[in-house]
Amino acid sequence: MRSITKRFGQVVANDSIDLTVDRGEILALLGENGSGKTTLMNMLSGIYQPDEGEIYKDGEKIYIHSPREAYENGIGMIHQHYKLIEVFTAAQNIILGLNDGRMDINAANAKVKEICSRYGFEIDPSMKVYDMSVSQKQTVEIIKVLYRGADILILDEPTAVLTPQETDKLFAILRNMKNDGKAIIIITHKLHEVMDVSDKVAVLRKGKYIGTVNTSETNPQALTDMMVGHAVTLNIDRPKYPSPEKKLIVEGLTCVDDDGIKRLDNVSFTAYTGEILGVAGISGSGQKELLEAITGLYPVKSGSVQIIRDGKASELVGKTPKKIRESGIGMAFVPEDRLGMGLVGSMGMTGNMLLRSWKKGKGALVKRKEPEALANRIMEELEVVTPGVEFPVRKLSGGNVQKVLVGREIASQPEVLMTAYAVRGLDINTSYTIYNLLTEQKMKGVAVLYVGEDLDVLLELADRILVLCGGQVAGIVDGRTATKEEVGLLMTQFNSKGAE
Amino acid sequence: MSAETGTPFVRLAKRTDMDPRKVWLIRVGSIVVALILGCLPMLLTGNNPFAAYGVIIQGSVSRPIYLKQTIRTAIPLLGCALAIAPCFRMKFWNIGAEGQITMGAVFATYFALYWSDRIPHVPLLIIMFATAAIAGGLWALIPAFFKAKWNTNETLFTLMMNYIAIGIVAWLQGGPWEGRKGSQLIPMFSDSARLPMVFGVNCGWIIVLLLVVLMYIYMNKTKQGYEIAVIGDSVNTARYAGMNVGWIMMRTMFISGAISGIVGFIIVSGANFTLYSGVANGVGFTSITVAWLSQLNSFAMIVISMILAILEKGSNTLQTRMEVPASIADIITGILLFCMLSCEFFINYRLIFRKGGKKEADV
Repeated sequence: MRSITKRFGQVVANDSIDLTVDRGEILALLGENGSGKTTLMNMLSGIYQPDEGEIYKDGEKIYIHSPREAYENGIGMIHQHYKLIEVFTAAQNIILGLNDGRMDINAANAKVKEICSRYGFEIDPSMKVYDMSVSQKQTVEIIKVLYRGADILILDEPTAVLTPQETDKLFAILRNMKNDGKAIIIITHKLHEVMDVSDKVAVLRKGKYIGTVNTSETNPQALTDMMVGHAVTLNIDRPKYPSPEKKLIVEGLTCVDDDGIKRLDNVSFTAYTGEILGVAGISGSGQKELLEAITGLYPVKSGSVQIIRDGKASELVGKTPKKIRESGIGMAFVPEDRLGMGLVGSMGMTGNMLLRSWKKGKGALVKRKEPEALANRIMEELEVVTPGVEFPVRKLSGGNVQKVLVGREIASQPEVLMTAYAVRGLDINTSYTIYNLLTEQKMKGVAVLYVGEDLDVLLELADRILVLCGGQVAGIVDGRTATKEEVGLLMTQFNSKGAE
Repeated sequence: MSAETGTPFVRLAKRTDMDPRKVWLIRVGSIVVALILGCLPMLLTGNNPFAAYGVIIQGSVSRPIYLKQTIRTAIPLLGCALAIAPCFRMKFWNIGAEGQITMGAVFATYFALYWSDRIPHVPLLIIMFATAAIAGGLWALIPAFFKAKWNTNETLFTLMMNYIAIGIVAWLQGGPWEGRKGSQLIPMFSDSARLPMVFGVNCGWIIVLLLVVLMYIYMNKTKQGYEIAVIGDSVNTARYAGMNVGWIMMRTMFISGAISGIVGFIIVSGANFTLYSGVANGVGFTSITVAWLSQLNSFAMIVISMILAILEKGSNTLQTRMEVPASIADIITGILLFCMLSCEFFINYRLIFRKGGKKEADV
């Protein structure tokens, strides 16, 4: 790939990136969230087309307009989220979409068996997908790609859902394929896996290509430095609150998702008044589940969440969001999915202010006066650009949408304010508006939880930083003294149990 | 954007905003287009479309008696459209109004058959009204309960419930409630179980118009209406705001079913004066068209239900006078629906054609 550039609107996701992978080689692609890894790979597999740049294979320039054309060029991608049809068997899924006029399931079975024995897969071609474990599904995805004759395989975070044993098995297979002359690109966050399996490591940071090194000549610390870069000074004001007290005590919080995978594993921490507690971690490390569990939106398996009010502790686990609100606990939450969870896109600002107060007042009718006044106040104070308070918020720009949401949550005068990726996709000015608002809240004695992805911001905004890794607390560091490298290493420090 | 990366010839882009007057102009325009397209089937059957449209209008509104019949057709359509509006606002696809009408009719009929000699006229009608509403509501509650508890598919569930309700009536017709043995008919209601006439049409129209106002207020001004709108936009947002989504679903479906049940009561007590398995006569489905074309606005439903009633009534006249099949009306309704729904597409999106190297595509 040579000087590949991809833009989404004004955001440059990939900025002239060069990448080379040879046959019989495993290349690890490393980078923080939003560094452009997946975008880059999607261009190889035909999902996106590059705006600029060229792709060569065996010295020949190729164009990839669709996943089918990617297959024709021998490129196959195994996505993070599997794309299988549950009610079909492994073999049926594998030949799905192959249009050679007829469907010979027996021949397919035979070819699948041949591929399996060649690389050491263990799978029954006639097994239905819904009977399979996550790792078996992944196997089917890999065979699907091989069946189509791919000699360049891209795996997007293949180990995220695997147990350590399964990961070892997968790596063994990858090595077999490498020895067979395939080129393999693996996207991962886990440094020890990079060290374990790859031959070369390419690092991206914020859409830019940083460099490629040979795995044998590097170490995790050096890779982290490449990944996070040098600290950038942002000049975010960080005053100290005079008298912090305990506000939110989380102990042994464990959550399990529908598939039985632990999303939070024995998470314990205390948030203080007048403090911004930053939460760092690779995406999907349990940040979303943590905030939702505290607000009563995510089912908790075990553990406790206590809020201290006037010296008395009250338990939140087991209460619905409605109960929590009714008991007068001031908890504000700015969720990651602004329009899908925090706001009602089809309604105007007034309708969205109502979301917090619609129950207020006697009688069956909704009181719109107060929310309307609030909407007008937020529009003025936060300089929300909108034709009017009745204009659907869905049609506002991302920054204005976020101002509406944050404005409403702060207006509820919370004791605890939780934000998830509060500045994602916002321009610099709006980002600073948000930082200032959060700091203002902190100085009012609010306990602020700030889930973020930009380490530079976290290090300048947060008083303390809690680092999540694979659903566990990897460590809590002081935001004033911690270094970027320290946090970066914690983010990728999976304990011996692996990512579960 | 280089040509190599292959920009498609036509792309879609979301419109940010549009002048509301222009929006309504497009909507009216789509009705005109539908009427023009409606000429095609008439031309194909060898009729003069203008004459045919004339007959449709003439046969439905030109004389008071025709008009009354048209209004009688429009009443259940309007009532039922009002019933399903809150469900659709909630994106709960209740296509079981047919069955809810039927169940309401069944319970109203029970009182009409067995209590009419013991209860005076007005209390009897009130009892019929109330039991029909409760029966329709409970019938609708069943799929809502399963949706809330186990997330079953409400579309299939409500649809299947229709056939059960119709089956129950068929059994009553030939079994316990059969009038003359072997007739397969339920006896006609006595006068005290019939709705009084007001201006020559059963007073169901007053009930339905009252419901129009009530439903408008319910959907736009009440807390419950607000909850429904939030759920329709995003279930996650509703949960985030502390709403009990399952409970609200069940409550809304009960209200919806209750109104359908009332429609069933109006049909048996105001128009048919008896019960048979085809009592709902497709109203539960046609009203979906009404609700959808009206954008769930109660007052617009009055207009749309009248248009559909005119088409239906008029095409019956068309059949007798010009020997054009009455199903022409269905074809025109279909074309109407198609045009009006596709015009929403043009209101929300615009087409961008590829232009030679211009940056037009990024606007």
